[in-house]
Amino acid sequence: MRFLFKTDYDQDIALLRHAGQRFWYALLGLALIAAPWTVSEYQLAQLSLVAIYGIVGLGLMLLTGFTGLVSIGHAAFLGVGAYAEAVLSARGWPFPVSAAAAIGLSAATGVIVGLPALRVRGIYLAIATLAFGFIVEEVLTRWEAVTGGNSGLSVGRVEIFGWTLGSATEFYFLCVGLAALCTLVLLNLLRSPTGRAFVAIRDSEISAQGMGIHLAAYKTLSFAMSAGLTGLAGALYAHNLRFLSPDQFTVLQSVELLMMVFVGGVGSVHGAFLGAAFIIVLPQLISALAPLLPAGLGGATGLQPTVFGLILIGFILFEPMGLYGWWFKVRTYLELFPFYRRGMFRRQKAFQKSERLR
Amino acid sequence: MLALQLLISGLSQGCIYGLIALGFVLIYKATETVNFAQGELMMLGAFAGLVASAWFGLPYWVALLLAVLVMVVLGMAVERLVLRPILGQPAFAIVMVTIGVGYVARGLVTMVPGVGTETYTLPTPFKDELVRAGGLIISAEHLVVIGATVVLCLLLFGLFRFTRIGVAMQAASQNQLAAYYMGIPVKRLNGLIWGISAAVAAVAGVLLAPITFVHANMGFIGLKAFPAAVIGGFGSLPGAILGGLVIGLVESLAGFYLPEGFKDIAAYVVVLLMLVIKPNGLFGETMRKKV
Repeated sequence: MRFLFKTDYDQDIALLRHAGQRFWYALLGLALIAAPWTVSEYQLAQLSLVAIYGIVGLGLMLLTGFTGLVSIGHAAFLGVGAYAEAVLSARGWPFPVSAAAAIGLSAATGVIVGLPALRVRGIYLAIATLAFGFIVEEVLTRWEAVTGGNSGLSVGRVEIFGWTLGSATEFYFLCVGLAALCTLVLLNLLRSPTGRAFVAIRDSEISAQGMGIHLAAYKTLSFAMSAGLTGLAGALYAHNLRFLSPDQFTVLQSVELLMMVFVGGVGSVHGAFLGAAFIIVLPQLISALAPLLPAGLGGATGLQPTVFGLILIGFILFEPMGLYGWWFKVRTYLELFPFYRRGMFRRQKAFQKSERLR
Repeated sequence: MLALQLLISGLSQGCIYGLIALGFVLIYKATETVNFAQGELMMLGAFAGLVASAWFGLPYWVALLLAVLVMVVLGMAVERLVLRPILGQPAFAIVMVTIGVGYVARGLVTMVPGVGTETYTLPTPFKDELVRAGGLIISAEHLVVIGATVVLCLLLFGLFRFTRIGVAMQAASQNQLAAYYMGIPVKRLNGLIWGISAAVAAVAGVLLAPITFVHANMGFIGLKAFPAAVIGGFGSLPGAILGGLVIGLVESLAGFYLPEGFKDIAAYVVVLLMLVIKPNGLFGETMRKKV
């Protein structure tokens, strides 16, 4: 068991609480730095993809997990970021500038979508974002002069002021570095007054309003930041796939992103990356295990959605905190070794907040 | 004349949206859960009807009845197995569960060997029949859809207005806790509501089948029924039908008068406008929470 003796107020807000955490995160950092020389090129590409999806996860987690607003249209922000980056980098803009533009454009779209959010909540908001997702998808398809429509748009390599990131290793470091940066930004945001305001809005809008939080401003801000993070991920996504077409940014993709957040664990920063890893690994796991199933079943196209759906249902039914909750329980068990009791994490019947009252 | 023609085809498409939206609203009113699997329930209903009529050779109307019965059982089973255990959890967790149910339903149908990946037509007694009335040419399928919707709405109205169980359902949807105290078996009623909602979905599926085709992805039409439900105000049954009709009409007119591409997003543009102008929909109830 570990006892934390706080002797300083700074310890209350420290990102790394104790020596154990410092050790493990340093180890994780070293492993990530050493990855290009220890894993195969294919796995490295997958790691880059996990980092990219992790950034999307951070964005969506900020919105859904920490502000309590739900978006079923996040693939649209991903698409806006990706297409902005594709178009601008084709014009020779260096990556930092074009990525910043992609973030800005996504965030601006986020503000526009956030506008109905000022008046509606809960399921209405979800449907507003869904509608927005459909509209963006259609715009990407029809605005052929810019997006190339259904025939798609190819994207070049990342170029930073004349230095082209040609190899997979360089791109990997860019993705992981940006993911780490975004994580730090989010963590710092969450311990600032703004982040506290977001969490207060999630827990009770009325109490938050009573404490003097301007709901409209903070909700819009949350939307903008979430969309901005997703836009950055979109820019990386464009360079990763190097080919964009509107069918990569459908509503199904949005649902998958939401699923990522829920499986990873709503309301935890770890959850964003755990969910991202999960969503990348699972399809490969399924295709690896499919030959073991009976022939008719293993080859069926419906296998993947079925497994996805079952896992989602299973997590919400039995482990509402997702993968992170799982890990949290294991950690608590180890930390409290002989004293862990099964009832410690028994789920409370939450009082259902009615959305008919507002 | 052309406008009238468009109007009627829009109305019949709108009836389908309305029926699916009705399913959403029934469940939402009773349990405050939004069922994202409603479109998939409709798809399963259509497949049930297809199996009954094409494989067992039953007449269309008997197949419809059979599909409804199968779906009632299935709807109640879903409620009992998946939704009741998480009653009282945050609303969006429940929504994610219904999304999961939709995924599973879609996946399982495509996994049935040789069936799920094909598209089918449902044989009907009124296939390709046209009704001519004073220069108007209306296909019988559209008329059947409109007629069946009217009948179904009257049935539901009767159920909620005149039967004991319907009144109990209304009470439970107004205040679950108070209904509990009055001795109403709220949990069982919730199961029943899921059954009714699945039945409505099955009717929508079997009615839609002759117009489009039966295939595993036909459930995506459910995503267009959301705007319908929102326009009507999410908690209102007549609103759902009206919203469906509005969406159907707008889509049909946009398909004809506006450039290509607008038809698919017309519903969403309308719903975004609606949310900005009148967030509670046409018949939505507004109450403020008292602190």
